[in-house]
Amino acid sequence: MNQDELKKLTISTASELLASKKLSSVELTQATLDVIEQQEPVINAFITVTKEIALARAKQVDELRAKNERLSILAGIPYSLKDVYNVKGVQTTGGAKILEGYISPYDATVEVLMKKSNAVLLGKTNCDSFGFGTTGEHSGFGPTKNPINIEYVPGGSSSGSGASLVYGGGVFSIGEDTGGSIRCPASFCGLAGLKTTYGRVSRYGAAPYASSYDTMGPMARNVKDVAIVLEHLAGQDARDATTGTAEVLPYSTLLDKSIKGMKIGMPKEYFGEGLDPEVRASMEHAADVFRSLGAEVIEISLPYTEYAVAAYYVIGTSETSSNLARLDGIRYGIEGEGDTWMQKIKDVRGKGFNDEAKRRIMVGTYALSAGYADQYYKKAQQVRQLLKKDFVRAFTEVDVIMTPTMPVLPPKIGENESDPLKLWLMDAFTVSVNPVGVPGLSVPTGFAKNGLPIGMQLIAPHFREDIILNVGYQFEQEVK
Amino acid sequence: MVYELIIGLEIHIHAKTKSKMFCRCDAKYFSAPPNSHVCPVCLGLPGALPVPNKKAIEQCIKLSLALGCNINKFSKFDRKNYFYPDLPKGYQISQYDLPFGYEGNVEIESTAGTKSIRITRVHMEEDTGKSIHSGAKTMLDFNKSGVPLVEVVTEPDFREIKDVTFFAKRLRQTVKYIGVSDADMEKGQMRFEVNMSLRKVGEAALPKYKVEVKNIGSISVLEKVIAYELKRQSELLDKGETPVQETRGLRDLTGVTHSQRIKEESNDYRYFPEPDIPPITFTDEQIFANRETMCELPTDKKARYMKDCGLDSALAETLIATKGRAEWFEQAIEGVTDNKVVSQIAKWFVGDVIAFMNANKVKLAQLKLSHEMLRELVELLNLGKISSTIAKQILPEMLETGKKASVIVKEKGLEVVNDEGAINEIVKKVIAANPKVLEDMKKNPAAYKFLIGQVMKEMQGKANPQVVDKAILEALQEK
Repeated sequence: MNQDELKKLTISTASELLASKKLSSVELTQATLDVIEQQEPVINAFITVTKEIALARAKQVDELRAKNERLSILAGIPYSLKDVYNVKGVQTTGGAKILEGYISPYDATVEVLMKKSNAVLLGKTNCDSFGFGTTGEHSGFGPTKNPINIEYVPGGSSSGSGASLVYGGGVFSIGEDTGGSIRCPASFCGLAGLKTTYGRVSRYGAAPYASSYDTMGPMARNVKDVAIVLEHLAGQDARDATTGTAEVLPYSTLLDKSIKGMKIGMPKEYFGEGLDPEVRASMEHAADVFRSLGAEVIEISLPYTEYAVAAYYVIGTSETSSNLARLDGIRYGIEGEGDTWMQKIKDVRGKGFNDEAKRRIMVGTYALSAGYADQYYKKAQQVRQLLKKDFVRAFTEVDVIMTPTMPVLPPKIGENESDPLKLWLMDAFTVSVNPVGVPGLSVPTGFAKNGLPIGMQLIAPHFREDIILNVGYQFEQEVK
Repeated sequence: MVYELIIGLEIHIHAKTKSKMFCRCDAKYFSAPPNSHVCPVCLGLPGALPVPNKKAIEQCIKLSLALGCNINKFSKFDRKNYFYPDLPKGYQISQYDLPFGYEGNVEIESTAGTKSIRITRVHMEEDTGKSIHSGAKTMLDFNKSGVPLVEVVTEPDFREIKDVTFFAKRLRQTVKYIGVSDADMEKGQMRFEVNMSLRKVGEAALPKYKVEVKNIGSISVLEKVIAYELKRQSELLDKGETPVQETRGLRDLTGVTHSQRIKEESNDYRYFPEPDIPPITFTDEQIFANRETMCELPTDKKARYMKDCGLDSALAETLIATKGRAEWFEQAIEGVTDNKVVSQIAKWFVGDVIAFMNANKVKLAQLKLSHEMLRELVELLNLGKISSTIAKQILPEMLETGKKASVIVKEKGLEVVNDEGAINEIVKKVIAANPKVLEDMKKNPAAYKFLIGQVMKEMQGKANPQVVDKAILEALQEK
């Protein structure tokens, strides 16, 4: 299989080829590994390529298939994991230098589930360190480039997951989304990417950014593949007390339903000033497509939107400041120098964290400090409740909320270097979804004049991934 | 100058659970090789998540109820953030503003009668790892990391050392009774922290300073610490100085404290709700069920023994020392309605039986003496079939062999002799041998009692003392 074929390969096609034995998993895996090897020097989508694991698993699947064992639809299909997921015996860095060389002794639940499905792990993908970034430029292991045009960013923080799928380095990837980290690279790379409901997929074994926002989800070449992977990931986990009991639906079989009569709301706050005209045009076009499918598209309001970014960052950085406290260089990761423990920990954290991590730790520590917690952390939690109410109310009016995934087109690498705040604001449309906890799906809507993709975000009530997957799929089929 | 003690306590208790607080590691880590009871969760590896131990929470609720606390029906865990090498996550999962139990009350026996000690709160947290200092090196053992701890905090209501002792002992007893902890001091399962200051007798306001002494591993050291601090702080106050507000530590078991950390203001632990654990709610039914299934507490038991059985405080206290002891006693008095008999059983049990157990290192479970056997012994005594001398004599054999008193008495022919003829003969003999007694009786009519002892001795204690008494008096009258 060549790179052009690999670039388009979907789970459905791959599993048919494998099941009919027209293609072996070893062949598919080897071809993918070859493409990765060839592309990586330029794109830098992977931090670790697990070549041996990949080939061993592929061989094992082929053997099982030779014995006519009943296998999962994902069996033998190469995938990658964002480098926040722990895989036993493999380095796990979260994209941060401070964890370089840390070989995890355990598997994340996501990886346990993938392994159980006999999917083939290609490696761990690059990301902005700890998920702190919207562009993929802030990894401790170098920036990831967008294979569509290497002068541009692939989006972040699950940058390597997005970029690798663009160049054919795997059939799907599992990202992690705390404020848009799946949806943004999906949008900038022309992929489907799902931020699941908080509690839908176990967080166990995924290095955290902000514990009450972090969600795990698939990125793939189309909505159907996302639905298939979700079926394998969703569910309660005894190792994650925040996973929910809601029923796991057969998402991939619910895609064909007509969306006629469905109400889709476009929040006016998301279509104001600052929205790139090409993005706006693409959204208007998407709305027309929905109308043509029989859906009703109406304007709605999410009045607390303007406070979302501030609340998001106050809570997110607070949790981060605490989550990253364990990185003291004592039990794992790079070692510090110095005569005392305090000197060592200062050294480790000084050289192991990048500026963005330090910035967020400082902001979060401040927001939680005595005398300030009331006006920052607690106030932000109050705003969070109001944001939740906004969405709950909106969902009494509409079935789905539709927004642009990103307000801008993918920026060039280095374009926002000197303005961290601008990067924080770029997340405006994705971040509000995480404090609320609802699911959001990014689906490509078209391309800008410069050839870079544009995506829309579809949002549904808690645990209703089925609705946005259905709507996204219907849209995708219509514009194909 | 004489000062009044103002003392509040914080007590950390290892809750008795199979696994640790937030992971599945074995909680029984004592004497295990270092870092052998660890996993991604209690080592704080990136991505590992805490899942609360239901049993541990139940233990905390139970203790809260035992200490008369209210239960927060909506509660949660919080993160207490600080850096320390043996704190693997950089935060401790604890409870901040919504502890499981709050505003309790414990009655203690003080000099002037019963006294109330207010319980501020009872909350749940995880223990840290252990730093082992060896020369210039520090080694870390994370076996203890994540072991469930229940923390009890009292108001500064203690005014006397012996009140602290009473409370500490009673608390230890209580947690063992209700099965919340083994409270084994040797294993560090119960640790005290004392907050202490002094004020002039007669003053009402709390002093402006407070000295905190941490990590006290036994009740006797706790007493010594308070005594030492009383002296140290008194001397400073006598000189017109105010003791420094600080944390003090111990280097050995002498009770001598050393300054560790001066407290300018309270630490900023940046508490916030633990996002990895959803809030915990309890229903009235759940709280009620916990209350219903709880065994009778030592204080209640003691009161009942005194009120219903007419036992005195000291005897009742000894009986309730352990739950096992109290249970043994209760089974021994089953069906006994006469309080005099209850008291006899209690005394034989507390006196001879427990003394035997202590001397021979025998546990209650290994005791060959059954409840029925002790009851029978007392019954034989009350029926006048054996004398107390004989009872005392045969009890060790009963304890050693498990033979019933009636069997031993029969085998050895130890039954009380009521035969007046036989007794009269001995009486005559004894009177004849002790002519001096008649002289003594002129000054002291009770002097004849000496003769009773002599008769009993002659008859190896088997004679019925009442019959002997009567026989001697009659014989003497004849003289």
